[in-house]
Amino acid sequence: MSKAKTGKYTNFWERNKKSGGYLLRRTVMQYGVSICRAVLLFGLCFLILQPLLNKISVSFMTEGDLYDPIVTSIPLHFTTQNYRLAGGLMEYGTTLLHSLIIAVTVSLIQVSMCTLVGYGFARFQFPLKKFWFACVMAVVLIPPQVISTSLNLHFRFFDVLGIIELVSGSTLNLKSSVVPYYLMSFGCMGLKNGLYIFMIRQFFRNLPKELEEAAYVDGCGTLRTFIRIMLPDAKPILTSCFLFAFVWQWTDGFYSSMFLGNISLLSIKLKQLPDTFGAYLARVSGLGSSAGVSVPYSNCMLATGTLMVIMPLVVLYLFAQKGFVESLSSTGIKM
Amino acid sequence: MKRQKNKLAGLQRRKAISGYLFIMPFIIGFLAFMVKPFCQSLYMSFCDVQLGAMTFKPVWNGLFNYNYAFRVDPEYTRLLTEELSRMAIYSVSIMVFSFFVALILNQKFHGRALVRSIFFLPVILASGVMLKLDSENSLMNAVAQTVELNAQGTTGITDAIQNILRTSGVGVRAFEELFEVIDNIYDVAISSGIQIIIFLSGLQTISPSMYEAADIEGCTKWESLWKITFPMVSSLFLVNWIYTVIDFCMRSDNEIIEKITNLMNINLNYGYASAMSWAYFLLVMLIVGASTFIISKGVYYYE
Repeated sequence: MSKAKTGKYTNFWERNKKSGGYLLRRTVMQYGVSICRAVLLFGLCFLILQPLLNKISVSFMTEGDLYDPIVTSIPLHFTTQNYRLAGGLMEYGTTLLHSLIIAVTVSLIQVSMCTLVGYGFARFQFPLKKFWFACVMAVVLIPPQVISTSLNLHFRFFDVLGIIELVSGSTLNLKSSVVPYYLMSFGCMGLKNGLYIFMIRQFFRNLPKELEEAAYVDGCGTLRTFIRIMLPDAKPILTSCFLFAFVWQWTDGFYSSMFLGNISLLSIKLKQLPDTFGAYLARVSGLGSSAGVSVPYSNCMLATGTLMVIMPLVVLYLFAQKGFVESLSSTGIKM
Repeated sequence: MKRQKNKLAGLQRRKAISGYLFIMPFIIGFLAFMVKPFCQSLYMSFCDVQLGAMTFKPVWNGLFNYNYAFRVDPEYTRLLTEELSRMAIYSVSIMVFSFFVALILNQKFHGRALVRSIFFLPVILASGVMLKLDSENSLMNAVAQTVELNAQGTTGITDAIQNILRTSGVGVRAFEELFEVIDNIYDVAISSGIQIIIFLSGLQTISPSMYEAADIEGCTKWESLWKITFPMVSSLFLVNWIYTVIDFCMRSDNEIIEKITNLMNINLNYGYASAMSWAYFLLVMLIVGASTFIISKGVYYYE
């Protein structure tokens, strides 16, 4: 019946007339909303992408183009000289390798430790559980800057209950070596590790309990159940945590400059790039260090360096985008 | 019967023990790298730390460091008020912005996946040292300004509105803050990636049948936003608020943190650095605590 009725009024205006003008109003409204939304979203996306695009265009300019008032975004003299220079100044090859090794190992350790802890919090009942979980929240809340002073001294004069001093006669100076940061990663105290514990715990809590119970009944131990049954299920959250840990470690300046000062990492090299560039120019031109570098040129170098540092991350993001976004929303963060 | 009960208790005890084994890394790490440094830095903030060749010696000198920070140091109080007010303004605008964007991104339209990935990009690209280097890069700012000016003539629409509002003279001070935020909308946009995702995940859990029922009862979209959407994600406001405030403290362009790090690494004045970071930490915790208390009054839990 109703089908025949709508079939009769195939023309849009007839249908509009029949509905008393409602159809037209609704359609106009719909298109209006989607046009507004498109404009707004385009603007916001442009806002976010613009610095990146600017950097790309600047990085291909020669020094002359930078001073040319006519040139704003498209380089007049196309050149890849900047990349070669920045790469040379940052010792890109070795630095990239160091950064990669550090970021991968650190984030692997952090994620595996946080998984153990998160699983422990999600699936076991033990005395003082609430207290320890409050400690996890405290780790999330306390900025590492508060304890940075004494961590510094702690690793400068490192000792385990006075044993090392007893054996070798003096304390160990672990500052500016990799060991402290690995130790902290093993203790789940690295960059934003409280957050990972929280996310992983949230994920494990949502998995069905029956899986584990079946394994226990079949005579599986807790550790074996964890490795054989629970870990394969937790792949999405683990990849997501690993990706976050990797990326944040890659760009981190705080822990890196505190503990890893002697190892050349991209984030540190990038910070020093304007200075090294100034020194390089002074050396090349034969003038003293007082000669000074033109600000636009050194900034152009910095933009090129930044692009080179974030390039691996952009590639990673393009391939593993789902890992970043989807699994974070699947944990269902609640408080 | 009794034996069986014992066995159950045994299993429970075994599980409790393995639970402790699982969280052991955290406990050790927490005690060694959090509690100890925490207490030590609190103690050091009351001390004058003298560094020797092989050891360091804290000498107790009471509230001297705090006194120095608040009453002698010309920079500290100024930086403190600046950073805290910046934190308040930015955190509020980040919350509003991310909620608004999450509402838009939750709708269905073409290219949604692309837009989502663009909004999430800053989480990766603007983290760590990048933020500070970007804000210091004057060439990039100049280029950005040129692009803006070319796009909208010599006076932007915001400038025009600003002028109108300024001449009419309504609530000048509040508008100034608002304009500052609007001028720095890029800063807000790039630091709200995680918040958008959290809000989005919350919005997706609301069942569509609620909106349907409201629609049938004659509820407009605007009303259902305030009566359904808002209460349903209100608990996430709390999560996001805490995350935003804490995140702000750890940003690399935070001037107080920079001052403290410099003092520690260059001047080696550990006692004074601890005092400053403790004062900052306590103030931030006070703000977080107070605001959490206020927000949690308004949170609606739907179970």
